[in-house]
Amino acid sequence: MIRFENVGLRYGTGPEVLRDISFSLPPGSFHFLTGASGAGKSSLLKLMYLAHRPTRGLITLFDRDMASVPRTELPAMRRRIGVVFQDFQLLDHLSALDNVALPLRMAGAPEAEVVEQCAELLRWVGLGNHLDARPPTLSGGQQQRVAIARSVINRPRLLLADEPTGNVDDSIGMRLLYLFEELHKLGATVVIATHNEALIRRFDHPRLHLEHGQLHALPPHSARVAVSTGPR
Amino acid sequence: MRLLRNRSDLPLARDPSARFLSWITAVMVYLATLAFAGQMMVSDMAERWDSGLAGGVTVQVVPLVGPGASPVAERVETALAILRGTPGVVSATTLPAAETARLIEPWLGADAAADPHLPVPTVIDVVVEPGTDVAALGRRLDAAVPGSSLDDHAAWLADLRAFAGAVELAALAIVALVGGAGVMAVVFAVRTGLAIHRHVVELLHLMGATDRYVARQFESHVLGLCLGGGLAGLGLAAATLAGIHRASAGLRASLLPDFALTAAQWGLLAVVPLIACALAVATARLTVMRTLETMP
Ligand SMILES: Nc1ncnc2c1ncn2[C@@H]1O[C@H](COP(=O)(O)OP(=O)(O)O)[C@@H](O)[C@H]1O
Ligand SMILES: [Mg+2]
Repeated sequence: MIRFENVGLRYGTGPEVLRDISFSLPPGSFHFLTGASGAGKSSLLKLMYLAHRPTRGLITLFDRDMASVPRTELPAMRRRIGVVFQDFQLLDHLSALDNVALPLRMAGAPEAEVVEQCAELLRWVGLGNHLDARPPTLSGGQQQRVAIARSVINRPRLLLADEPTGNVDDSIGMRLLYLFEELHKLGATVVIATHNEALIRRFDHPRLHLEHGQLHALPPHSARVAVSTGPR
Repeated sequence: MRLLRNRSDLPLARDPSARFLSWITAVMVYLATLAFAGQMMVSDMAERWDSGLAGGVTVQVVPLVGPGASPVAERVETALAILRGTPGVVSATTLPAAETARLIEPWLGADAAADPHLPVPTVIDVVVEPGTDVAALGRRLDAAVPGSSLDDHAAWLADLRAFAGAVELAALAIVALVGGAGVMAVVFAVRTGLAIHRHVVELLHLMGATDRYVARQFESHVLGLCLGGGLAGLGLAAATLAGIHRASAGLRASLLPDFALTAAQWGLLAVVPLIACALAVATARLTVMRTLETMP
């Protein structure tokens, strides 16, 4: 699904914020991406959702070598990726429903279907009474749910979330993660950047851990608990 | 209802450039419409004069003084005989003396025609079929009838056609300039919009929007503005033309065109804002596509 080989990224002429990143995520896998603030979690996700091209190294996505994919083919690839951005990135002048509808409308879905599906999903995340609300009138947690609904509305093959539970209390965070679990069960590959230890413990998935721009793969929490007697 | 709602992914309507584009389209359509209308009126006028004068030939026979000069009436008869005997001549009639007097009255006064010292010519109004060799006819008259001259208005018609051509060219230049300025205004407005909303455009791209999808947002935005402005400009131009027509109705100078347009011509003018809109939309699309090409 995704393979990184010796990938490096720098912004402009600055230092490399990601160095020698190599990993491979099999289709249908579920990973947490952890690391201190500034470790490069968002940058790594941006490479995955094709917001940046790497400064060096090779990225293979959906079995395509990204260096050889022309610009005109990027939209189709991006439509197979659902993203929950760190700061939601909702469009303030559109209603909650229209925000969620964006990916469907871009894909050219029939309008009646768009409205029906979006309303249903928004009801599912508990925003059935806020279909026409504009994001600025919603609470942080509600905005987050709109953002998550938008990321999953077109059933992406790859789902990337940048601290999706940062603004909500744990019970809502759990509920949102169940949504990702549902998609995971349908076959989507999921990567969630978070430092919510409670969630990491609750959902037993392997971790990708970033430290100073370098990646360390960690086994699922349960496995770590089993060997936690030894020094880490 | 949601289906019918005018929804745009980009909050373009709030841009300062929005009203600016409406105004500029109104002014441009106004100018272009007037230029077109002016061109139509002048070419109509030229055509009317053209068809009125073409095929018409005037022969003058002036009184001659000196020994051996035959009287005017005699020579007019000779001329008429030649004219009527020439193939292609439809009719040849002498203008009554009263009519000649009326024609020279504005220049020489009411009594001029009666003045025996004034050599008032006799005028023969000739109508020829198209294609008749008027020059050859003139040479034969010259040879047979001393003191005669033939005028087929060729020089006058050539001047008139040149004038109409010049007006047409000027109108075309105005329309081209106005169109060029309009295109530049749209390019400017769209570039500004892309810069203001660059963040949203990037976000749409990340969600899988194609450049065409983004361009369509700008196209419908620009179309709305230009339709509004264009119709206002057309309305203003129509009011101006109606005003000119009313003012000209009081003029008696028949040399001026009558400043009236046919229904078909009004229909053509109504197309001006539509063409302006099509041009604006195409420009918007091209501008967006070319600007976005440089984005990741
Ligand atoms: N657009 C950018 N331009 C320059 N530097 C950036 C940019 N985005 C992130 N960085 C830098 O890259 C490093 C990693 O940032 P980020 O990926 O946001 O980390 P995290 O999401 O783990 O907090 C930080 O040092 C940050 O300052
Ligand atoms: Mg981050």
